[in-house]
Amino acid sequence: MTDHELYIKSIEYRIKLLKYIKMAGAGHTGGSLSCVDILNVLYNRILKVTPETFSDPGRDRYIQSKGHSVEALYIVLADHGFFPEKELETFYGYGSSYTGHPTRKVKGVEQNTGGLGHGLAFSVGVALAGKIDQSAYRVFTLLGDGELAEGSNWESLMAAAHYHLDNLCIIIDRNNLQLTGHTEDMCGLEPLAQKLEAFGGQVRAVDGHNLTALTEILSKVPFAEGQPSVVIARTVKGKGISFMENNPKWHHGVPDDNQYEQAQQELKTKLAEIGS
Amino acid sequence: MSFTPGTELGRANQEVFAETLLTLAKEDKDILAVTSDSRGSGKLMSYAAALPEQLIEVGIAEQNLVGVAAGLASAGKIVFAVSPASFLTARALEQIKNDVCYSDQAVKLVGISAGVSYGALGSTHHATHDIAVLRAIHNITIVVPADNLETAEAVKTAAKMTHPVYLRFGKRPMPDLHLSGTPFEIGKALRIRDGSDIAFIAAGEAVHPALKAAEELDKSGYSTRVISMHTVKPLDAEAVIRAARECRAVVTVEEHHTSGGLGEACASTLMEANVQVPFKIAGIPDEYAMTGSQVEIFRHYGLTASGLARTATALLEDQ
Repeated sequence: MTDHELYIKSIEYRIKLLKYIKMAGAGHTGGSLSCVDILNVLYNRILKVTPETFSDPGRDRYIQSKGHSVEALYIVLADHGFFPEKELETFYGYGSSYTGHPTRKVKGVEQNTGGLGHGLAFSVGVALAGKIDQSAYRVFTLLGDGELAEGSNWESLMAAAHYHLDNLCIIIDRNNLQLTGHTEDMCGLEPLAQKLEAFGGQVRAVDGHNLTALTEILSKVPFAEGQPSVVIARTVKGKGISFMENNPKWHHGVPDDNQYEQAQQELKTKLAEIGS
Repeated sequence: MSFTPGTELGRANQEVFAETLLTLAKEDKDILAVTSDSRGSGKLMSYAAALPEQLIEVGIAEQNLVGVAAGLASAGKIVFAVSPASFLTARALEQIKNDVCYSDQAVKLVGISAGVSYGALGSTHHATHDIAVLRAIHNITIVVPADNLETAEAVKTAAKMTHPVYLRFGKRPMPDLHLSGTPFEIGKALRIRDGSDIAFIAAGEAVHPALKAAEELDKSGYSTRVISMHTVKPLDAEAVIRAARECRAVVTVEEHHTSGGLGEACASTLMEANVQVPFKIAGIPDEYAMTGSQVEIFRHYGLTASGLARTATALLEDQ
């Protein structure tokens, strides 16, 4: 897939995830918009997994620890044929498999997540099994920055370093916001890169919306032999919709009709600009 | 060959667990023990020496222990996550609920030094809540073996299970309660002796004192049944209902708080089946348990031959 096609996908994914959030009247809008470019690059450029190989023990794994940004995951999985996109019309609905946090009922989802601070320990287990079996698969996991206050993450990072899990890549969606406000006003994370390094990670930072740069950095995993790779993806919560960007109100805000029209218009204008 | 239940002293159930696991793991390299600085407490030192590649140490980090175990299981490993029951089922409860049970990863959670095994260490180290909290979580089998035979069979069965299971073991040597070769099945209670006046329904290390109480009661002319309810969930409802229909009183016995454990599981089963019977739950009441040795704590709360015999007699005489 060319960079140009990838950028088109990035806008199309936003158009769709807003559509289903609007249809459901619920969703984690801001965080999905901040991480959808990461998912775009992972599924279109990096991960070796398809609906056909999803049961293959040698498949690459993606585990989304920040389970609340589930719309971004559903849209990308649907785009890759894990299930028909039309099924997302039931998102958040009574009895739907497409709940507000991912579960294994949905093809393509490796693990039920949603409670924060869980995805990394699970990913460490999967990566450890890969090492034991001398399998070539890699494990990518996406963590929110707010969830790094959960101490379990740091237990898991210590284990990842201890077991030299260079088949594990931890991506942090560093959008600086959580439900209540700025991460540094809640329980400060900085200096984050130094903390992650001190816990044994090989840390790189990248613009989490620059698809070319994301591709480049994620293609280089592992960054160092014998160490887990950590990518701090600098992102913008609500990215791509002017009035949603950097505003904690959109953590799980749902646009009203006018806002929805404006948001879709902004995205369509961008799509026209880059040319489809 | 004559066999009298409860006369021959065996070993600690957690020793038998470790030995059985070692035997299984030697035959199957996919079996892993995961520990949180708990290999010594879990009697896994021989295992660690024999199969170092099949033991994963995560340090004192129970949340990570359970999460990592779930990940290993999802990648096809047969995982026994071993940690003191008190920490495993409280510190890591959300991991048990989400990563193991909700996600249906077939982890075998092994709670060691359960109940008041660590009696003198105080309530931080007591596990008298574990059965209650796990009963309220869907998709987990809860097994509380009473003797060495039940332990070995439970471990062998757990290794083959494709859904989550919790095994609960103590550290005191346990007398043999079953004749060698007795068939063991998860979810099917084992009747150790029959009787028609009183039924003791007990689990784990509380089965033996119930058996001793039954022998005393027999001498007083009360015919007493003893059931080892090794599987607390799913409960063998048929055995509970039969006991209540065929005996004049039922006493449940457990090394656990009287809230939410085996006793309340039996009580709700009987109520819902509309079976009326004089009924008493023997266990640790709603307080931080007395400290001391496990034997002293059992004595303090009447979980002894004479204490349980008194409880049962009072229940019958109240009628």
